[in-house]
Parts: sequence; C-alpha cells; structure tokens
Amino acid sequence: MEAGMIRLLIIAVYLMLLLGLGFFASRLFTGSKNDYLLASHSIGPFLLLMSIFGTTMTAFALVGSTGEAFKEGIGVYGMLASSSGIIHSLCFFVIGVKVYGFGRKYGYTTQIQFFRDRLESDFVGVLLFPILVALVIPYLLIGVMASGTVIQTMTAGAFANEGMFASKNPAFAGGVPPTIGSAVICGVVLIYVFFGGMRGTAWANAFQTIVFMVLGLVTFVLIANKLGGGESFLENLKTISAKVGSEHTTRESMSQSKFFTYLLIPLSVGMFPHLFQHWLTAKSANSFKLSVMCHPIFIMIVWVPCILLGIWATVPGVLPPGLADKISPNAILPAMVKLKTSPVVGGLLTAGILAAIMSSLDSQFLCIGSMFTNDIVEHYVGKERLSDRAQVWLARTFVVLIVVVVYYLSLMGYKSVFAMGVWCFSGFASLFPIIFAAVDWRRLTAAGAVSGILAAAGSWYYLFEKSGRGSNRTFSIDISLFGDTTYSIMPVVAIFLCTLIAMVVTSLITRPPSDATLAKFFGAEKATTKVMGKQ
Amino acid sequence: MRPALISYETFENTMKYVIWTLVLILLIAHQDNWNWHDDSLVWGFMPIGLFYHACISVAAGFVWFLATIFMWPKELDSISSDASAQESH
Repeated sequence: MEAGMIRLLIIAVYLMLLLGLGFFASRLFTGSKNDYLLASHSIGPFLLLMSIFGTTMTAFALVGSTGEAFKEGIGVYGMLASSSGIIHSLCFFVIGVKVYGFGRKYGYTTQIQFFRDRLESDFVGVLLFPILVALVIPYLLIGVMASGTVIQTMTAGAFANEGMFASKNPAFAGGVPPTIGSAVICGVVLIYVFFGGMRGTAWANAFQTIVFMVLGLVTFVLIANKLGGGESFLENLKTISAKVGSEHTTRESMSQSKFFTYLLIPLSVGMFPHLFQHWLTAKSANSFKLSVMCHPIFIMIVWVPCILLGIWATVPGVLPPGLADKISPNAILPAMVKLKTSPVVGGLLTAGILAAIMSSLDSQFLCIGSMFTNDIVEHYVGKERLSDRAQVWLARTFVVLIVVVVYYLSLMGYKSVFAMGVWCFSGFASLFPIIFAAVDWRRLTAAGAVSGILAAAGSWYYLFEKSGRGSNRTFSIDISLFGDTTYSIMPVVAIFLCTLIAMVVTSLITRPPSDATLAKFFGAEKATTKVMGKQ
Repeated sequence: MRPALISYETFENTMKYVIWTLVLILLIAHQDNWNWHDDSLVWGFMPIGLFYHACISVAAGFVWFLATIFMWPKELDSISSDASAQESH
C-alpha cells in the first residue's frame, strides 16, 4: 500500500477514536448548562493537568519548536519553553486558584462575568468581549490552517494513482488538500464539543495530550537511532549531536535583550479566556496542585526532543540536498518523520501533531460559545427568561457558528497567520495587568481597567501596523542606551507598560470600588480596615 | 515537654518568603548570559544551553511543588465544599 495511504488510514482511525470518546462523554451529560460548560466542576487533578497542558500546548509545541530550533538553534527552548515553565505555573497559582475560588463562590463561567462583577461595570464587558474574541480567532486560525497543511504533507501520494488532488508542488501531489483536511478536523472537533461539552473536551484533551507526548518521544528515539546509525541509543545521540554547528548549539545569533523580554509572552496564559473556563472545571482547589507542579516538567518532556530534532536537521546530509535550503521551518518535523521513519510511525506522529492542534481548538471553540451565551445573550436577555436547556442549545449553536466562521476565514489563506501568533500572545500578555490587579489589588477601578484595556488595544494596534501587520516576523523595538549600545526588545514590553501605567494612574485618581464589592472579593474585615485607614 | 523552638506557622511564613525568593532566582537564572557562546555538550549530546534550561524547568517544577505545600490558600477548600453542597441542594 502507498505510504501516504497508510498514514491517511492511521489518521482516520485516530479521528474515529476521538469521536467515540466524545459520544461516550455525552452519555454522562446531565442536560444542564453548568454540566455542558463546566462539566459540573467534576474534573480531578490528573484530568485537569492533562486538559490544561493540552490546551496550552498548540501545534507550535511540536511543529513550531522543531522549525524554530532549525532556524535559530537551542535558544528557542529558553525563550519559549523554560520561561513558560516558570510563568505558566505562576499564573495558575496566582490567578487560576483565586479565580476558581470566586467562580465557585459566585457562579461565574466566563472572564467577563467576573470582570463585570468585580469592577461594577457593564461597559468593561462590552469593551472586553470583542477584544477577546478578536484575539482568540487568529489563535484558532493557526490551528485550523496548520492541521490542513500537516494532513496534506503527510498524506502526499495517497491518491496519486487515482490522479486525484494534483498540486503545483510535486511534494504534495495526491495528498488530501488543506481545504478538506481542515474541514475534517473542524468537523471532528465540532462533533465532540457539540455532544460532549466541557466533559468531552477535557477527556479528549487528556487523551490527546497522552497521545502527543508518547508518540513524540517514540518518534524522537526512532529518528535518533536512524540518524546515528550505531548500536546503542546514547551512542547515536552523541554521533549526531557532534555534527551540529556551533551556531545551533549556542545562542550566538540571538539578542540577549530580546531573549529577556520574551519572558513577558507566557503571561498571556493569565488572560486566555479558554483557560479561565478550564480552571473553573476543577473539582476542588486541591485539583490545581498537580497542574502547578507538573506543568514545567511536561513542557520539558515535549520540547527538549523537538529542539534536538530541529538542530539535528541542520546537519548536512540529514535532509536531501536542495530541500534543506528551500524547506519551510514548519515542515521540518513532518519532513524528518517522512524521511526517517516508516509510514506507520509517520501516521502515528501525524495523529500526535493533530492531537496537539485539536486539544487547543476544542477549548477555544467551546469558550467562544460560552462567551456569546453568557456575556451577550444571558446578560442582556436575562437569565430568568431562558431555560437551562435553551442556554445549552444556544451555546451549541454559537459553537457551530464559530467553527463555520473560522473555517471560512482559513479558506482565505491569510499568509502571515503564523506571525500573528506572536501578536495574538502579545495582546493577551498585555492584558495580564488587568486580571492580576482584579484579583490582587483592591484599588483597581472600572475606569482604571477601561483605560488599561484601551491603552493595550491602542499601543498593540500602533505597533502591529508598524510591523507591516505582522509581516515583519522579527519586528522589535530598538532602544539605544549607554552610548552606542542598542537593545532590541519585544513589542510586548511597550504594550504591557502602556497598559500598566494607564491602569494604575487612572485607578488612583478615580473613586475606589464600593465597600460591598471590596468585601465580596477581598473579605469584609480587610475592606473595613481599608476604609478606616483612609479616614 | 519542651515547647517547640519554632512553631509550624512561623516556619510556614518563612517558607513563603523563601519560595518567592526562589521564584525570583529562577527568573534571574533564566537569563544565562554566561552560557551564550558555550558550545560544549553535556553527556556528549546535549548542548549546555539546552541542558541548563531543562534544569530550570525541573527546578521550576520543584519550586512550585514547594508552593503547593507551604503557600496553598486553605480557605479555598471550604469554598469548594460549600459550593458543592449548595449545588446538590
């Protein structure tokens, strides 16, 4: 059988398994909105760890990390992975656990419900809603478009004998076209989210996280043995690593100041609306403990092998002559798998890559559906005018609409969508001061939050335009200090500072929140102490 | 029986400062300019810059493990059980 066809069959079996899992989860569905959107707060420590990790690790964790290491060398790990290990858990601990407490106590499902209540302002929700949706959609697009590309690359040749699916690029001829591949992935995710809701999503995420972690490690060992050509695994690792040039085993070509300012990017996790919803699914606050401590280790398990594969691909002879110069960084992992493993392993790893993609897509689709239902329809129509069952169907309808819109946008083939990933993360990271202040700073006011959000949106848009709408992938701000020394910093630093300054200054010059609100979120005793202190 | 020299509450409070200091150290250690141009391989295959940052990941896991022991907000346990009781009503 043709190698592309074998890989296609393995992908098909994997997708069927996921659908089965979704249907099984739907059998436990109680019919209530709380069950559909938050799995009735039933998610225990292990499932929470796997679902949160799967949600935060996108296609970029497998495909992007290998590609970036191929291009930039090992520095990519420090820039994106070890920093995330520290910062993500910090966000889970400092924000996630507190938000969980407020969510359980006051019945929130979305971030906007929390902000409206904490800031005593309806307008905050009106302002934040389009911004959050606009930041999530490019994130969704990255996943949908990447899935189509991966399927086409890995199934190339499957239909060559039938003369179907011709392509301008002979390397993709006979492969399932991205329009069909993306549609199938959207369809599968839609089905298990539609029927299984948050429980189906959490189960599918956990399953997919195990799949991409295990298959990633298996592929790493097989490729290392193939490249080394020796008897033992360690010997093979040594043989291939010794051939890598120092430009890839060091950070020679990387700016130290840019590396430092990348530390702000993982703060985006604190403002992800889909993660906010995942936090609220926890069975108890203790369920978070495993996620907080294991998340950095899990990141290491997934990223280190990918980085090594990326730098090994730079060794002359690993990729065929001619391909190494022309290949897109995002195609490095699929190309290595195709060239160095059997079709069965290739099919399994493709399933692993798709697992990483889908484990983020599902939560994001469900989250946007929840936001429309809770923050727009329920908020303006009134909770009492909608039955629980009607709200579940509304959420499902919005999920379907979002899937259709995202798929339609993916057909437009926006080329710089990958570059938009960093901008999308920068946007979320810049809003971090708002959520941090909302849970930890009693003096934050609605006007302060609104100023911060507007400052973030305005500075983000200004710098985004300056970067040629994301087309300049290495865009940075250069600052000259101490004479001739120029420091390159990430745009997120400027946007973050704008948000922080606007939020703090405006909050301090406007009337503080009411005592009732302070008592609700910070405890009655502390609120009184503060008022007395003021007098 | 002799009273304990340091009560558990004092120890727990001290640990909070220790843990936040460790987080700060991790963030500073993350900027390892001293490994920038070093191309040596640990165990003959792992570039030292990559090995060092893998160790940062492991250290981060350990620091956050300590945080779950000494800094965990105890009041949240009652919120979870209260909310569950209300929902079952």
